[in-house]
Amino acid sequence: MSPALLLLVACDRGFSDPDRAFAAPIEGPPTYATTIVAPTTLGVVDTSRTDVHGTPIGVGCATCHGPDPSQAWAATPGEPFHTGVSLRHGNNTCDHCHDPADRTRLHLADGTSIEMGAAIQLCAQCHGKQYTNYQHGAHGGMNGYWDLRQGPRTRNHCVVCHAPHDPAIPVVSPVLPPHDRYLEPPHDHL
Amino acid sequence: MTTSDDPDRRNVLKAGAVTLGAAAFARAVAPVTEWVDGLSVDGFLQKHYKELSKEEMNDILRRHEQKTADEYGREVQIQDVRPIPGVQFAYALNLSICIGCRKCAEACHQENNHDRRTNNSYIRVLEMTQGSLDLAHGNPNYDHPVPQPGKYYMPVQCHQCDNAPCVKVCPIEATWKEPDGIVVVDYDWCIGCRYCEAACPYHARRFNWTKPEIPADEINPDQAYLSNRIRPQGVMEKCTFCLHRTRKGRLPACLEACPTGARVFGNLADPDSEIRWVLENKRVFVLKEDAGTQPRFFYFFDV
Repeated sequence: MSPALLLLVACDRGFSDPDRAFAAPIEGPPTYATTIVAPTTLGVVDTSRTDVHGTPIGVGCATCHGPDPSQAWAATPGEPFHTGVSLRHGNNTCDHCHDPADRTRLHLADGTSIEMGAAIQLCAQCHGKQYTNYQHGAHGGMNGYWDLRQGPRTRNHCVVCHAPHDPAIPVVSPVLPPHDRYLEPPHDHL
Repeated sequence: MTTSDDPDRRNVLKAGAVTLGAAAFARAVAPVTEWVDGLSVDGFLQKHYKELSKEEMNDILRRHEQKTADEYGREVQIQDVRPIPGVQFAYALNLSICIGCRKCAEACHQENNHDRRTNNSYIRVLEMTQGSLDLAHGNPNYDHPVPQPGKYYMPVQCHQCDNAPCVKVCPIEATWKEPDGIVVVDYDWCIGCRYCEAACPYHARRFNWTKPEIPADEINPDQAYLSNRIRPQGVMEKCTFCLHRTRKGRLPACLEACPTGARVFGNLADPDSEIRWVLENKRVFVLKEDAGTQPRFFYFFDV
């Protein structure tokens, strides 16, 4: 055998034990499901007060805006109780999304009343590009398995990451960078 | 008169030569005997990864588990996780929604048992000026609230190139491309010459200048021989797309940590996969395409 051929053989090293080369194949169609983590109830409004332990006191929105007729208060944006709710979502006001007839529900642009948990349909009316990306796994975080033949996946609902009243992702402090030797200024060599 | 045939003189010379020879031999093998603390005979005689039988591999895995228990005080499980037939991994990253929070780098640090002192990670996030793709002026050391106006953020990690320069330059085949596309390093075979680090156009490889320091309770015990087991001092390491997770069907740690969903991972060979949808419907690009590396890591913007 010529040295060049020997070298070629050496470079193309296969497994001595072919059984070690691959894992067992996975057969069949995907059997596991993708679950969307969706909040199904109204949120909590901060009252800017704390209890004796210093824990912030929040009041559930449904306390006043529940399904019972006695709770069917119309929400007023300027009311002092609502100062904790900052509405910075385009030119939307409460009733653009919340169903005025039943505050525990939402409604689509055509007036169709929907469950809280179905809010993705509502968001998708305006944010179609993001919704398309989301449907194809290219927007919004996920956890679990890329391979639904091997395990399930959970995905975030729009409002898990975007506060519906103020949906822009807030400015955050980043995690500290690695102390990367390559990034350090050059040392003086002795 | 004494001659060289004198039996006494001959014996003295012989004894002297034997003593000198023994001393010289002891000196010559000193590095080997000094190694014994850090390297067992089995480790010294270990064969190349691809030449090992299943039984030999198992012995090596148990030896490394024992070593981790002795040196780091943590019981870990090290497996030899092999590729799934018919799977070709690829990654894509949406630069329009990355906010530069470095959560991915942090997740990598924890998942892959990186040295705590250096806060090492396989991911380097570059702060870039909008409208520019000039990597040389990307700032990886930013430490201010993100995202900043006028900036975008580009995480860079191993691109698992199909034409990988790092693999070509390795003089001893300690690094190679696996059938599912992942470029791996055998930390037991690497001699630490760092040629691969110099060859990589993405600065994706890291060198273990010191023995990694990790508190026992922070060690991720779910380990693989070719990925996140604790590396010894003096060897190269790199992103493996978390093969100890992804070859079991799970998503990489950096993807799960991403708060915006900028990362898309999957099987290129599956036409219904998310990664295929991105490649078919987005205007994706690769870094330094002119280098001819054929990366498996793609970037795109929402347009």
